[in-house]
Amino acid sequence: MVKFNQMASLLVVSACFASAPGFASGGGAEMEHANIDPDNINSLQRGAANFMNYCSGCHSAQYVRYKTIGNDLDLSDQMLIDNLMFNAEKTFETIQASMPADDAARWYGTAPPDLSLMARAKGVDHVYNFLKGFYIDSDSPTGVDNLQLPGTSMPHVLWELQGYQAAHFTDHANEDGSVTTTFDGFEQLTPGSMDSEDYDNFVRDTTNFLAYIAEPIRSDRRKLGVWVLMFLTFFLILSRMLKKQIWKDVK
Amino acid sequence: MARIEAEVGKPQGGFMKWIDDRFPFTETMKYHATEYYASKNFNVWYVFGVLAFVVLFMQLFTGIFLTMNYKPAAAEAFASVEYIMRDVEWGWLIRYLHSTGASFFFIVVYLHMFRAMLYGSYRKPRELIWIIGMLIFLVLMAEAFAGYLLPWGQMSYWGAQVIISLFGAIPWVGDALVEIIRGDYSISDVTLNRFFALHVIALPLALIGLVFVHIVALHEVGSNNPDGIEIKKNKGADGVPLDGIAFHPYHTSKDLVAIIIFLMIFTSVVFFAPDMGGYFLEHANFEPANLTATPEHIAPVWYFTPFYAILRAVPDKLWGFILFGLSVMLPLFLPWLDRSRVKSIRYRGWIYKSALSIFVVTFLVLGWLGTMPAEPMYVLAARIFAVIYFAFFILMPYYTVIDKTKPVPERVVYHG
Repeated sequence: MVKFNQMASLLVVSACFASAPGFASGGGAEMEHANIDPDNINSLQRGAANFMNYCSGCHSAQYVRYKTIGNDLDLSDQMLIDNLMFNAEKTFETIQASMPADDAARWYGTAPPDLSLMARAKGVDHVYNFLKGFYIDSDSPTGVDNLQLPGTSMPHVLWELQGYQAAHFTDHANEDGSVTTTFDGFEQLTPGSMDSEDYDNFVRDTTNFLAYIAEPIRSDRRKLGVWVLMFLTFFLILSRMLKKQIWKDVK
Repeated sequence: MARIEAEVGKPQGGFMKWIDDRFPFTETMKYHATEYYASKNFNVWYVFGVLAFVVLFMQLFTGIFLTMNYKPAAAEAFASVEYIMRDVEWGWLIRYLHSTGASFFFIVVYLHMFRAMLYGSYRKPRELIWIIGMLIFLVLMAEAFAGYLLPWGQMSYWGAQVIISLFGAIPWVGDALVEIIRGDYSISDVTLNRFFALHVIALPLALIGLVFVHIVALHEVGSNNPDGIEIKKNKGADGVPLDGIAFHPYHTSKDLVAIIIFLMIFTSVVFFAPDMGGYFLEHANFEPANLTATPEHIAPVWYFTPFYAILRAVPDKLWGFILFGLSVMLPLFLPWLDRSRVKSIRYRGWIYKSALSIFVVTFLVLGWLGTMPAEPMYVLAARIFAVIYFAFFILMPYYTVIDKTKPVPERVVYHG
């Protein structure tokens, strides 16, 4: 009987922690893993520079304060002002896009989304593959489409770094008459200023930074969690001794 | 035991006497703690009641501090949650404790209910405790549902949209009812405001009141035990049940160990995986509510998904709603559906053991199916498991009677 109870409890508890639902992925192609290292401060600093240079013209990160970035990424106020704050005066300000959102909506059909929580909403792999996924498409108003987010209205902002690539697809006719399209791979058409490895690292650093701003407290909470568990372990030993002492006369 | 009674039981000096002449403090402490006798052979299944109490307290406590910084307005709600997460001192911890607490509330309550099914705790004379418990579960579902709208993320908005529109399936009054719930023609600032009122005042008050009544009713009849034996039938010369030991300090000291183990699991989630891979905090809820863009896949939070799977399995909207409601309410009738001669699973035959095992698997599979998109394969599976779910309850009066039971011992089984 004890066995049945144990089995039942094991079943219930393990089911509560079964595999998690994945992020919705667009495009249909296998995503590459972003392989970011959230503890690598240098990568995050490079990512911050990439973000301010290439993203913040159009995208805001309206919940993120410069001061928070400075504290977490070991950057002094002066370094923030000199290197990252292009349109802000005080370090407590949040990251606002330089381009007015109303104009952007008129020019692109949709305003560029705020990026504070993008990595948390869509997943780091999505961000990584999106930034690597632009390819030439003459039918698109921006001249490019994206494998990760087909139909995106964002132009290939990083073309100078990555160059332009073409995407090759194959159509397979199914028995019921429908057509399945599979992605075969990219082909580099014009070279960028970076080779593919450097570009991957550039995108990885940027993705790492986006993951960081999505939850700036992440590294602190993990460190604190270790102390909390150590405290509770100590408390558990004490409470166990107390229980034994109190129960010693129960027959 | 006698020593402890002497300390707590007698008014100690003038102050306690002064209090006791005006308020039944010592008497209440005796009745509910130091002289409330519960079986000494409680196993691990008996900790989830106290854990539910701990989580309730934690939700109330963290909720107060969240309310100090949260703004219940459509234009500000999402930003105020991010403000709590980023700018309020320790706000992230308070918020994660509250969001993780919501999921853990359901984990411990489901396990607490399962305990009752294992040992027949809902059987006579504890029917009313069970009914009050089911009311607590209903209010808890409403509380969680109202709370989930407050962050005003994509899933908050669209999840509420889907669930509230269900009430529209009710004939005649459906549309009017939906308008009353929303306070508007669609989910809006007005809806958010009233859900906030329900979440922080009305439903918590109901919850606290019901929990109080639940415990008063329990202490009137006394706790069940893993053997399903009434310990009050075997009393010693002093009137104390022979198999019973005082709630305080015996069960409290045991519960303290359980609470700390629970907190270790709980804080592991809070500090190392607060979104639990998208189960506790859904990914799409990190995008602010967008009235013009429906997420490609709307799924309620995991604790509603078993019932949601049943809802989707029915092709007709009204019948879907009826069966959805029935699937939530059916356990209420367990005290009368279960006709077995014994209470505890320890003395039941293979039929009930199999039925309960199948029911657990069915509940978990339905929960998983409820998180999946409504594709034909999943819907078909949900239909099959929905039938099993209802069969467990509807056939119970038959299979519990024909099930062979073992003789129940006079005294509880305790190995020290």
